[in-house]
Amino acid sequence: MSAHSVNWFRFASPASFPPLARALVPWFAIPSALLAAAGLYLGLIVAPADAQQGEVYRIIFIHVAAAWMSMFIYMVMAFWSAVSLMFNARLAAMMAQALAPTGALFTFIALWTGSLWGKPAWGTYWAWDARMTSELILLFLYFGYLALRNAIADARRADRACSVLVLVGVVNIPVIYFSVQWWNTLHQGATVSLTAAPRMAAIMLTAMLLMTLAAWLYTIAISLVRVQAIVLERERSVSWTGPAEASQ
Amino acid sequence: MSEAALHPPAIDDSAWRGVSWALARDLRLALRSKSELAVQLLFYVIVVTLFPLGIGPEPGLLRTLGPGALWVAALLASLLALPRLFASDFADGTLEQIALSPHPLPALVLGKILAHWLATGAPLVVLSPLLGMQFGLEGEETKLVVIGLVLGTPTLSLLGAIGAALTLGVRGGGALLALLILPLYVPVLIFGAGAVDTLRGGIAPTGELSMLTAALLAAIVGAPFACAAAVRIALD
Amino acid sequence: MLVAQDLAAQRGDALLFERLDFALRPGTALFVTGPNGSGKTTLLRIVAGLTRAQSGRLTWDGIEVGAFDAALRAAALFIGHAPALKEELSAEENLALLVSLHGGSADCGALGEALTAWSLARQRALPARVLSQGQRRRVALARLRLAARPLWLLDEPTSALDAAGIDMLCEVVGEHLKRGGMALIASHQEFAPSAGTTHSLRLQ
Repeated sequence: MSAHSVNWFRFASPASFPPLARALVPWFAIPSALLAAAGLYLGLIVAPADAQQGEVYRIIFIHVAAAWMSMFIYMVMAFWSAVSLMFNARLAAMMAQALAPTGALFTFIALWTGSLWGKPAWGTYWAWDARMTSELILLFLYFGYLALRNAIADARRADRACSVLVLVGVVNIPVIYFSVQWWNTLHQGATVSLTAAPRMAAIMLTAMLLMTLAAWLYTIAISLVRVQAIVLERERSVSWTGPAEASQ
Repeated sequence: MSEAALHPPAIDDSAWRGVSWALARDLRLALRSKSELAVQLLFYVIVVTLFPLGIGPEPGLLRTLGPGALWVAALLASLLALPRLFASDFADGTLEQIALSPHPLPALVLGKILAHWLATGAPLVVLSPLLGMQFGLEGEETKLVVIGLVLGTPTLSLLGAIGAALTLGVRGGGALLALLILPLYVPVLIFGAGAVDTLRGGIAPTGELSMLTAALLAAIVGAPFACAAAVRIALD
Repeated sequence: MLVAQDLAAQRGDALLFERLDFALRPGTALFVTGPNGSGKTTLLRIVAGLTRAQSGRLTWDGIEVGAFDAALRAAALFIGHAPALKEELSAEENLALLVSLHGGSADCGALGEALTAWSLARQRALPARVLSQGQRRRVALARLRLAARPLWLLDEPTSALDAAGIDMLCEVVGEHLKRGGMALIASHQEFAPSAGTTHSLRLQ
């Protein structure tokens, strides 16, 4: 085993990760803030008003970023959960745990901004379109994860139970999305969809991408902060008798 | 050093025997607690009856609502019955023995789920035509609801079993189980109830029925393994 | 042969034991003693494969085994605190179910014999619900002879047993050890099997 790979496994141990995390946070937080500022500037000030929807459409810059992240974070949680189950790695499970609240937050933001957009655009706060309905179910999946973690007292059991839950969820998400799509066309025909966004000027696309990137970096930064707290709380009573080892 | 000191005679560790062991035992136990099962069936009946009471007896409205109401009630009844899948075995130590058996745990779990469906899901299906009459459903529509439930309720039991295993012995059990499982139930609900709407639109509901069948097959193949993993986690 | 190296176990935040080593050879019984909460049950559950150890390794017949290992499931018989009986079924039905769960088979005759040996002949058809704690423990132990396994893992087998029951247990374990079997027994009360060598392991 080369010195390089031994190095990585050392950081895979919960005890040695917090310092690394603390060091990494600014590298994500600052670019995130800058990109968000740039994206908001482009989206709220520079981009022109939409021909049909006026100024209201600008909420899309937050809505789309939040929606994409809500989905992406769940995938990343599934990845870390799979890693934690396959290698019995505690830190991977803690990463999933750190990501969950942010994922739930973005899902909620997506729903809220979508609803706010819906009212002026289509006259109703909730139109039961396929995307929003799927997003709502995704919110339930996040809440389920958080509730299960909260309900199980033993941290290790909670890790593993939540990992299984996320993996079952990730397998079902395509099925759920597909079935909601079906349900929507069955009952309403091809009607309003919040994804039928106003025709995108290049500058609007740029703004959306900047916001999504900013959200992604923010997620990494906040998760690194959160995972430090999780590690410290969980490992506080374990005495380390020697060099930290990857959990076996 | 002789390792040959005591080698066990051939042990039966086959999966089929595992399924049949669990199926036979759980059915036997279910038959000895018939009153409990009857109560769960009554829950289904009551929930179905709540819909007209909440919405009014106007026949056209009830006809539109009927399949959806029957399906939602079936989901809730399935949810209510789930804890009994593992709770008793968990409490008296049998679940540990099951997990340590040479028979593969997914096979034993599949047998349990099958017995559970026969005891709680199948009666529901049998009762549905009768309840469908409350909504003015008849003929082809009733048949479709029944077929849908036959395909769908085992899927509900299979998916629900994963949730039941994950929440074993956890506080807030029932409501937590609902929160975990109901999102997974949504596709079954959509295709089951949607089939009747498709039929009413004059199109044969083959698409919906194929989806339900596919979901059932996928659940039969995948759920026992996920459930076995969850059981092992709960026993840790 | 069962070998444990450097086992450590944690329960929640508390470290129960660490750097535990032992080897269990055919014909030997290892008694695990110690005060309440010292980790006796946890150790047994780790060996059975129900719980993972915090660190260390377990080897069976030279091969390392993890949790729920198939080889160990076929070789070990674990009898824990709970007697694992269904209330609604009779003693005989329960015994038959457990034996077939363990992959063995027992006809009526063998079941009857086993129950009679443990003085439960009159209770064989009674539902487990009406049996006393001691009687339930006997039914649970009755399967030791019927499911032939080399490794026995017994957690407090003497609990609720009267003197006659303990004598029976000594005899059964002794027979097992004489045939080359092994036993890991967590017990407040040390008892002497009728044959075989005994060792002791004390947890603090």
